[in-house]
Amino acid sequence: MEILKPAMAGTLESSDAQVTVEPGSDGIQLTLSSSVMNQYGRQIKATVLETLKRLEVTNAQVTVVDKGALDCTLKARVECAVFRSCGQSQANIPWGGAVR
Amino acid sequence: MINKVGRDIPDALLTHGREVYQGKNYMDGKYIQKASPRTRRWEKPVDTKVVGSLVQALKQCGAKDGMTFSFHHHLRDGDYVVNQVMAAAIEELGLKDLTIAATSLGSAHDPIADYIEQGKVIGIQTSGIRGRMGEVVSAGKLKTPAIIRSHGGRPRAIEAGEVHIDIAFIAAPTSDPMGNCRGIGGKSNCGSMGYAMSDAKYADHVVVVTDCLVPFPNMPASVEAIDVDAVVVVDSIGNPKKIASAAARISQNPRDLMMAENVAKVIASTPYFKEGFSFQTGVGGPSLAANLFLEQYMDEQNIKMGWAIGGICGPMVELLKKGKVGKVIDVQDFDLDAVNSINQTPNHFEMSASQYANPANKGAFVNSLDFVVLAALEIDTGFNVNVLTGSDGVLRGAPGGHPDTAAGSKCCIIVTPLVRGRMATVCEHVVTVTTPGDCVDVLVTDYGIAVNPLRPDLIQCLDRAGIPHVTIEELKDKAYSLVGRPDDLEWEDQVVAVLEARDGTILDVVRKIKPYDPNKAEETK
Amino acid sequence: MIPRPRPERFRLRRTMMFMNAQKPGLIKDAYIYGCDSIMLDLEDAVAENQKDAARFSLYHALKTIDYGDTEVIVRINGLDTPHWQEDIRVCVAGGADGIRIAKCESAQDVKTVEAAVEAAEEEFGVEKGRTLLMAALESPKGILNAYEICSASERMFGVAISGGDFRKCMQTTPQPDGVDMLFARGQMLLAARAAGIQCFDTVFTNLDDQAGFEAEVLQNKAMGFDGKSLINPKQIRFVHQVFAPTEKEIIQAEKILRAYREQSVAGVGVFTVDGKMIDIAFIPGAERTLRLARACGRYEGDLV
Repeated sequence: MEILKPAMAGTLESSDAQVTVEPGSDGIQLTLSSSVMNQYGRQIKATVLETLKRLEVTNAQVTVVDKGALDCTLKARVECAVFRSCGQSQANIPWGGAVR
Repeated sequence: MINKVGRDIPDALLTHGREVYQGKNYMDGKYIQKASPRTRRWEKPVDTKVVGSLVQALKQCGAKDGMTFSFHHHLRDGDYVVNQVMAAAIEELGLKDLTIAATSLGSAHDPIADYIEQGKVIGIQTSGIRGRMGEVVSAGKLKTPAIIRSHGGRPRAIEAGEVHIDIAFIAAPTSDPMGNCRGIGGKSNCGSMGYAMSDAKYADHVVVVTDCLVPFPNMPASVEAIDVDAVVVVDSIGNPKKIASAAARISQNPRDLMMAENVAKVIASTPYFKEGFSFQTGVGGPSLAANLFLEQYMDEQNIKMGWAIGGICGPMVELLKKGKVGKVIDVQDFDLDAVNSINQTPNHFEMSASQYANPANKGAFVNSLDFVVLAALEIDTGFNVNVLTGSDGVLRGAPGGHPDTAAGSKCCIIVTPLVRGRMATVCEHVVTVTTPGDCVDVLVTDYGIAVNPLRPDLIQCLDRAGIPHVTIEELKDKAYSLVGRPDDLEWEDQVVAVLEARDGTILDVVRKIKPYDPNKAEETK
Repeated sequence: MIPRPRPERFRLRRTMMFMNAQKPGLIKDAYIYGCDSIMLDLEDAVAENQKDAARFSLYHALKTIDYGDTEVIVRINGLDTPHWQEDIRVCVAGGADGIRIAKCESAQDVKTVEAAVEAAEEEFGVEKGRTLLMAALESPKGILNAYEICSASERMFGVAISGGDFRKCMQTTPQPDGVDMLFARGQMLLAARAAGIQCFDTVFTNLDDQAGFEAEVLQNKAMGFDGKSLINPKQIRFVHQVFAPTEKEIIQAEKILRAYREQSVAGVGVFTVDGKMIDIAFIPGAERTLRLARACGRYEGDLV
């Protein structure tokens, strides 16, 4: 998917993550901060990158402010932000396909 | 050298007869030579010991580079005194290489982090370390490793001369001109002054800092004029709102309540739950809520609590007033209900930290405890508890009375949610061992109860009462299945803090954390 | 991925607890409090501009979290909104046990949802008929059409009244004796029993009024409800207590079932237990009592 406009999903509440995606031209530029960076930083980074890859996002600036979100929440926030940036978040989501 | 809880203690720390932790009650029966301070005689009658300023008091007590100043933490997050004294010593008198020996330190003391970074403060001895100070110490900026002791371990170390206090600063809600101090009657009341007592007895010099001077004699005094060299009157010793909360309310959080109810169930299933039993609980959500459910069991079985100790707050005072507990003996007060009750409500008494928890004296209250209910930042499958470091490896807690009450009580119950956000509370190895697993008996979480296999008697009690329980490994697996297995933290060699067991042996060390940087190229693992 | 077993149309549903599907901290382990069903809410709890985000959260929660024996139902947005079709797709794709139809007013509403569910089952390769339905009656029209709603589909397991909206329509407010909804509750119960499905009462929202809550639960039980919707875990225990069968009921049910099994082997259809005449019509009730008793930890035998 191509990131068309800046979009955001998620909150800064505990156990959540706020994900912002913006158009980019030079691959994936990930800025990550996390309240559990030392223990889970690698896993968070991997989950975010895998999710983007599954959605076939190749160019984007992605900012993740993680407040201890579980993997399932991270995925949900990344996906929602990406679909929002394409204006496709409301209907016909490929559940079980690119979203899984 | 590997100690009894499996921690590798650097040999360099094992000097002057220091040993590694060898297990519960290892020091029992051994003799100690108590230290004695070198104090000034105040033979000639004076009307007042009030001096004009902290600087003057410091000078009078011969303050110089390299000294150790002590403080108590009864003013909690509202305390102004540590910062005032250190500013006077460092900024006005130009002193350096100072050591702060405090009963605990908190976020009120963030400015001290600057003095650490400037190299003016080179040593910290405390129970608690949090906020910016925790961060700078974790980052290796303190010249010598911080020494972390429990509330019982501190008076033990002072009495044994392992901590020598040059000047003790006693923040006092009220004092008379001779230095008789009390924790009530002023504008910044804290109730009990139990943690200050050993300091006043064992320091070479004692300076009282108050914001409410009262006529002589201020009785009954918590710290007595016979030990005091100077009294300094300041505008304010602390922010009353942060010293004692309005009233500790019992949590309405359903998770806390569910755990608290299970704690009470476990307590009621043991043979120690009988007329006259003794009890201590922390003031965290589920620990405090245990009071509520315990009362129901007490009513049902028509039994009363003999006595309660600890940090005290409203719900326990309430039980005392209702006649459901015989005596409350109090080392610290957490809310105004407790502050206003101590020495006022019949059978609500003050005690010193040594009397509360010192393992080297001859009758600490913790040793007679039936039950203690405590929280944890982490607990591992060996039942070792961490209440000092976050699971990210940064100092942000306090052993407090945790190791003392756990070791002394007949039944130590840890109550904690299985996970907090993405942090697994029940884990494979705690970051730091603050309370050894051989002192911990039962773990109550929101996902189930586990009993330490060292206590088959308690397992039987739970089975008889039909209380379901699982192994702690199962709880750990469940936690990891929810949040994922955390990566191992990465450390540098530098030791930033030494964690002393309550008996003075070394339980664990905290090293400088190597933070994970997501922008660095990944090393292949 | 946590595979969930095929949902049971008729199971124990004493307590259904509402949870905002958008709040990660809430939905991750709502089951620990021991309610029979959790109700993940895409409707009122989720702000209009977060409906999309809530679906992503819901999908991954359904796929990742092990809810164990707890039933997982999703409340979808009303048929008068632009959201309900995508809501149904995500529920079916994620494998929710059931869907609660908000603001249901007619058998046609049920059939509309059923058709969309069937299409989604087809689309996502889910076993046809797996996804159960229940209807929330929130208006006078819904109550008046209760029977046709209850009997509109083989997927329907139950019907619930939604007090907030209903009372507004009726120009009334909660009354201590329940008179405000007495007729509506009664009509809905009649319809549910006539159609052979379960019936659930509305939430009690004033968490500080424990006495009022308890009175309402006792009335629910007396009227014959199967269970109640809840907004806070602390309400669960009392409902389970009230809906638990008494010692006497358990013993009676055991006797009936035991006698029935013995007699039916001997080919006898009508017999007496403690002087009372018993036939096959008593059996489902006795079985229900024992199943309930088992769920409440009061029965450990092997008759059910």
